[in-house]
Amino acid sequence: MACIESDGTLSHSAQAILRLAEEETPAEALARLLGRPLYTVRSSLRELEAAGLVSSSAGGYTVTPAGRARAEGAPAGESTS
Amino acid sequence: MNVELPDTVAASTGMPRIGEPAPAFEAETTHGTLRLEDFKGSWLVLFSHPADFTPVCTTEFVAFSKAHPKLRKLGCELMGLSIDSVYSHIAWVRNIEKNFGVEIEFPVIADLNKEVASLYGMIMPGESKTETSRCVFIIDGQQTIRAIIYYPLTTGRNIEEIVRVIKALQTTDQLGLATPADWQPGEPMIVPPPSTQEQAAVRVGEAGIDCTDWYFCKRTV
Repeated sequence: MACIESDGTLSHSAQAILRLAEEETPAEALARLLGRPLYTVRSSLRELEAAGLVSSSAGGYTVTPAGRARAEGAPAGESTS
Repeated sequence: MNVELPDTVAASTGMPRIGEPAPAFEAETTHGTLRLEDFKGSWLVLFSHPADFTPVCTTEFVAFSKAHPKLRKLGCELMGLSIDSVYSHIAWVRNIEKNFGVEIEFPVIADLNKEVASLYGMIMPGESKTETSRCVFIIDGQQTIRAIIYYPLTTGRNIEEIVRVIKALQTTDQLGLATPADWQPGEPMIVPPPSTQEQAAVRVGEAGIDCTDWYFCKRTV
């Protein structure tokens, strides 16, 4: 249940996180909105952050421009600049 | 005659203790890569089973799965572990769903390199050097080990007892009272015994508690 497959494809839950992580959204809030256990959301956020699709701060998680593009359907590796 | 055990087995004989921080780990699971810290804030039952596609373990997975909603209400998650691959775990949980109509919603660690099993002392070399025994670690939201239960390979666990222990620990945390043998929620709890003669004299006359003797008092909560 990795949220990013080896070919870069995002799982449905990963795409949902990218759509919801608008402005410093805490992991707890994302878990509530998604109706998923907090531990799975934390794990997904770690993967998404490592891939540069979300950034984290003390307040929570924010989708990056690359993450926003992927949430809107851009394939992995496509330039977003 | 002393037999020197291979490193992996020797390491497995160490085990964490109640009251100590649960050893941190990152592991491949049926829900992707998970870390212990991902469960921070929730209680967690981390349990091992000997092997996938074995009958006693199958009955336990069905029972754990049926107890899962009850555990979630207690703010407690479940995570299984065995020395099998993630593909074996996936095939087995799908098989359980097909044969028993029970969906396994909790993650299962694929601990092929025995890393987590060794960290938690889940292998009993006297029983089996290649399988984990039926170990249960109850870990609280601060990731402290609160209870440990070990069963041998041949004895399936009593899942209701695990739920009862979690309820007892949570009630103790909340009220500062202990729980007597076979306690069930709603039953009287044990008032910690006084530690001075002066307190002992006060205790026997205290209102709201039922004392058999100065050291043996119960309170209904």
